[in-house]
Amino acid sequence: MTPASMSSTEPSGKAPAQDVALAVRDLNFHYGSHHALHGISLDFPARCVTAMIGPSGCGKSTLLRVFNKIYALYPGQRATGEVMFDGRNILDDSINLDMLRSRIGMVFQKPTPFPMSIYDNIAFGVRLHEKLDRTEMDERVQDVLTRVALWNEVRDRLNAPATGLSGGQQQRLCIARSIATRPEVLLLDEPTSALDPISTARIEELLDELKEEFTIAIVTHNMQQAARCADRVAFFYLGRLVEVDTADRIFTNPREKQTQDYITGRFG
Amino acid sequence: MRMTPVSRSSHRRAGFDTVFHGLLLLCSLLVLAMLGGLILLMATGGWQAFTKFGLSFFTTASWNPVKDVYGVLAPLLGTLVSTLIAMLIAVPMAFGTAFWLTYIASGRFSSIVGTTIQLLAAVPSIIFGMWGFQTIVPFIARDVQPFLNHHFRHTPIVGSLLSGPPVGTGLVTSGIILAVMIAPFITAVMVDVFSAVPPMLRESAYGLGATRWEMMRKIVVPWSRNGMIGAIVLGMGRALGETMAVTFIIGNVTTVGWSLFAPRSTVASLIALQFPESPEGSLRLSSLMALGFILMLLSCVSLILARCLRGKRQ
Repeated sequence: MTPASMSSTEPSGKAPAQDVALAVRDLNFHYGSHHALHGISLDFPARCVTAMIGPSGCGKSTLLRVFNKIYALYPGQRATGEVMFDGRNILDDSINLDMLRSRIGMVFQKPTPFPMSIYDNIAFGVRLHEKLDRTEMDERVQDVLTRVALWNEVRDRLNAPATGLSGGQQQRLCIARSIATRPEVLLLDEPTSALDPISTARIEELLDELKEEFTIAIVTHNMQQAARCADRVAFFYLGRLVEVDTADRIFTNPREKQTQDYITGRFG
Repeated sequence: MRMTPVSRSSHRRAGFDTVFHGLLLLCSLLVLAMLGGLILLMATGGWQAFTKFGLSFFTTASWNPVKDVYGVLAPLLGTLVSTLIAMLIAVPMAFGTAFWLTYIASGRFSSIVGTTIQLLAAVPSIIFGMWGFQTIVPFIARDVQPFLNHHFRHTPIVGSLLSGPPVGTGLVTSGIILAVMIAPFITAVMVDVFSAVPPMLRESAYGLGATRWEMMRKIVVPWSRNGMIGAIVLGMGRALGETMAVTFIIGNVTTVGWSLFAPRSTVASLIALQFPESPEGSLRLSSLMALGFILMLLSCVSLILARCLRGKRQ
């Protein structure tokens, strides 16, 4: 898949020759009269982890919320430009939101277990899009729980309320829930910011495995996390994309001074 | 050590604190005393009636000041059935309005509707009584009951619920007015309850591709179950005890029967009408006090029931 148009906006977010899962071109985003994203162009290579870093309010979470169009729930929020996904611009009004969201999963800052059993949390999203019989559903639940390394901890209490799990377990459940619908892209909005170090490490390990299969976009405030997990890192500042490159380059030899200042902790 | 002891004002401040503490305690004790006193007053006032009639007080359908025989069956059924009808109408209406206001409507229109609902909740009940008497009673008498009677007269059970001369007053009319009165209350509370569902939880559901309907059924309803029960009980409490509006439109006849369209009475309306003309120490006054006791009991039971329903969940 090749992006339809190559905008020449600098810096170019064009990825190296490789499958591109999401291609953002000249994206602008407004919260009412507030202009939150300015002409963003950025590629998200398939089956890679792309991390978005930058100080609070720089627009990185906003960008994430464009990809599954969750912003469309709120009047006054609008996006213009182009976000190509599977050959179509998802910003078109003709895009089926339910379909889109089943193909682009999202995990939030805090765990958001639904008020139902562990099993039903996983089955919730699956039931919305697929008709599975009991055995197939059981297999799906076991499969995704195994992949997030939660199966052994919860196999005996699948019918217990999900709210009884620990924070780290809840977040892994939410990731399992998101991948249960077999999406192509996984959006993670500071997924470990509410978790302890051990749970955080668990989830970071998990990302490594998940990227074999999914394209991952992660927003993080944690430089080490971005360095550890990401293949590519995009630095945002004041609603603009300052620089995007491989994680190595960004953290060892960034081109922009702003990036340098931010990763060394001089501001933000 | 150069620390000087700070004894200057601490003694006085501690004194203030004790007084303040005492005042607060007094306020809370007053609440207890108030409720206890009310129950005691009703119980002792109704004692004469309870001992005179015993259990038959609850099974006697007639309320006859001439023969000095009183039973609560007729007004009690009137209260319960009119409240039931009101809840059947008001709860779905309030739920729909609240959900629409919280999750679907946006901008100016939704805030206009929201404010109107609060204003509606503040309308004095006597206004609803006059409206009911002027508008709903003739409507039921002229159009609704004759229409239903024409089509369903010969249907078993339903036919008997519709029977009786078309006077317009009765349980259905009261139920409708009560529903209009309590729906704004229930709506207002439900809006608060729905707004308390964490946005991230909703976004998670939408993020998995859920539609609004699925989000409501699977996320909002289970999450706000306790709050919704609270809202419903609040409305029910008001419907059980509503006096003035119902007195206007219930018809005030102490009879028991199948028809939902015949004039009946409720506990509160009967008390309102007969209390001023019952002489001190009479059996009638005592029976009315007993009615008051039962009404209080009803409210308490509904509250306790709500607590139990809530408890199950946690």
